[in-house]
Amino acid sequence: MSRETIINIGLALVLLAIPFVATQMGSPFYVTLATRMAILALAAVGLNLALGLGGLVSFGHAAFFGVGGYAAGILASHAFSMQPLDLGFVAFAGTNSMLVIWLVAIAAAGLLALFIGAVSLRTSGVYFIMITLAFAQMTYYFAISWPAYGGEDGLSIFVRNTFPGINTMVPMSFFLLCYGVLMAVLVLFALVARSRFGSALQAARQNEVRVASVGIAPFRIRLAAFVISGMTTALAGALYADLNRFVSPSMMSWHMSGEFIVLIILGGVARLFGPVAGAMMFVMVEYLLGGMTDRWQFFLGLALLAVVLFARGGLIGFLAGKVRHG
Amino acid sequence: MAEPVLSIRNLHKSFGALKATEDVSIDLNPGEIHALIGPNGAGKSTLIHQIAGTLKADSGQIVFLGDRLNDLSVAERARRGLGRSFQVSSLATEFSALRNVMLAVQSVQGSSFRFFNPVMGDASLTEPARAALARVGLETRADVPAAELSHGERRQLEIAIALALGSKAFLLDEPMAGMGPEGSKALTGFLSELRKEAPILLIEHDMDAVFALADRISVLVYGRVIATGTVDEIRTNPEVRRAYLGDE
Ligand SMILES: Nc1ncnc2c1ncn2[C@@H]1O[C@H](COP(=O)(O)OP(=O)(O)OP(=O)(O)O)[C@@H](O)[C@H]1O
Ligand SMILES: [Mg+2]
Repeated sequence: MSRETIINIGLALVLLAIPFVATQMGSPFYVTLATRMAILALAAVGLNLALGLGGLVSFGHAAFFGVGGYAAGILASHAFSMQPLDLGFVAFAGTNSMLVIWLVAIAAAGLLALFIGAVSLRTSGVYFIMITLAFAQMTYYFAISWPAYGGEDGLSIFVRNTFPGINTMVPMSFFLLCYGVLMAVLVLFALVARSRFGSALQAARQNEVRVASVGIAPFRIRLAAFVISGMTTALAGALYADLNRFVSPSMMSWHMSGEFIVLIILGGVARLFGPVAGAMMFVMVEYLLGGMTDRWQFFLGLALLAVVLFARGGLIGFLAGKVRHG
Repeated sequence: MAEPVLSIRNLHKSFGALKATEDVSIDLNPGEIHALIGPNGAGKSTLIHQIAGTLKADSGQIVFLGDRLNDLSVAERARRGLGRSFQVSSLATEFSALRNVMLAVQSVQGSSFRFFNPVMGDASLTEPARAALARVGLETRADVPAAELSHGERRQLEIAIALALGSKAFLLDEPMAGMGPEGSKALTGFLSELRKEAPILLIEHDMDAVFALADRISVLVYGRVIATGTVDEIRTNPEVRRAYLGDE
C-alpha cells in the first residue's frame, strides 16, 4: 500500500470519527461541522476533476453548487406548497425525496456545465478563469433577481428532505449519508483518474498538442470532464442546502468558487484526498479562528501563501510526496 | 506511377511580412523517404506544422490519401494516419514512456470515453505500446517519466508513438538531433526499413544521414523549394551548393 493510500484511509477515518467523538463528549455541534467538511469536500472533489486532473481552473463552480442547492430548495418548496412546478410546456410536482432531487440537480447542472464549458473551453489560462467567473456571476445575479424563489433573501427548506431508510433530521444520520456519498464519489474519482478518459484528460493538461497529435480531440475530453465536474459539485450543493435547510444566492457567489479552489490548493491539487484534507483544515480553521477573530481570512491567506511557497502539493503532497504516474 | 500518399500544392504561409512558406509543392510517394533540407529558418518546421495542422496554411492544398486536409483539426489528421515527431519534443512529460504510447493505442481503438477500467492493467493497451517501444529500442525505459528521458530518447519515444498510431505517413522533424553517433546510426538503419511500412517526410541537418537515406531531397530556402531531385542531382546542383551545402 502506498504512503498516500495510508494517509487517505487515515483522513477518511478521522473525518468519520469526529462526529462520534463529539457526540460522546457532548458537543453535538461538531456533527454539523463534520457534515459541512464532507459536503465542501464533495464539492471540491467535483472541481478537482476539472482543476486537478484537467488543469481547468474554473472560478465558477459556485454556479453548479448553487444549481444543486436551488434544485433542493425549489423542489422542496413545491412539495411543501403542493403547487406543481410549471415550466410552461410541462409541469412537475415538487418532491421531498433526496434521490429525485439529486437527479434533478445533477441533470440541471450537467446542462448548465455543457453550455458554460462549450463556450469557456475555447479559451485557456486567465481567460478561462475570467469567463467561468463571469458565467457564475450571471447565475448569481439571476438568482438574486428572481423573486419567485426568495430572490436575495433565499429560500428556506422547512423539513430536511428524505432518504429511504434514514431519518435525515437526526444529525448523525445525515452526516453518515453525506459521508457515504463522499466516499462513493471518491471511489468513482479514483477509477476515472486511472481510466482511459482520465489518461487523456491528464495528458491534455500536460501537453495539449501531444494529445491532439495522437488523434484525441482535447476539447471533447475537457468538455466531458467539465460536465462531470459540475454535476458532482451540484450534488454537493443539494446536500448543502439540506444541511442548512436554506438556499440563497450566496451559494453562487464568487467567494464560494474561490473557497473550492482554496480547499483544493490547501489539500493537494489533483490528489484523490486533496479536497478532503483541504475541507477538513478549512472548516476547522474557520471555526477555531472565526470565533476568535474576524480576520481569520488573513490567516487563511497566510496558510495559502505557505502552501504555494513551501508545499506545492498541499497537505497530501507534503505528507505523501510527489505523484508518480504508472 | 502510384498516387502520392501526401501531396502539397502551392502552399503559402506568412508570419506578418515574413514569407515562411512560398508556393511550396511537394509529393510524398509510397515507400520513399523524402528529405527536406535547408538552412535555419528556411521554413521546414513551419511546413510540417501546416501538414499536421498545428499551423493553418494561408492558401494552397494539402491532400493526404486522396482527401483534402486543410480544414481538419490536428486530431482528425492524426486519426487519418499522419504520425509526427517534433523538433522540440512534445510529450506528456509526467507520464512514463509507456503511458505516452498507450495514449496513441487508446486513440487507435477509439476508446477515450471509457471511464472506469484502469489503463495500467489493460493488456490491449500495454502490449501494443510495449511492442512499439521495443521497435525503437526503448523497452527498458518504458517506466521512466518522459521528462527524465534524454533528448535522443524523447525523439525515439515520439517515433514509437507514431508507430503505435499505425501511421500511413511519417513527418519527422530532425529525429537525429540530440542523438550520439551510435544512436544516429541505429536510427538511420531503422528509418531505412520503416519506409517500407509508410513513406517518411524527413527534415534533417545531418547530411550523412540524409544522403544515406533519402530517395529524393527537396531544398527549401527562404520558404521556397529551390530544387527537388535524387541525392546525386542535389549534390551536384550548383544553386543548392551555393545556397546551402556550401562549397566543399
Ligand atoms: N509562430 C511563428 N510566428 C512568427 N514567425 C515564425 C513562427 N514560426 C516560425 N517563424 C519564423 O518562420 C521562419 C521559418 O521557421 P521554421 O521554424 O519553419 O524554420 P526551420 O527551417 O525549421 O529552421 P530550423 O532548421 O532552425 O529548425 C523563421 O524565420 C521563424 O522565425
Ligand atoms: Mg525547424
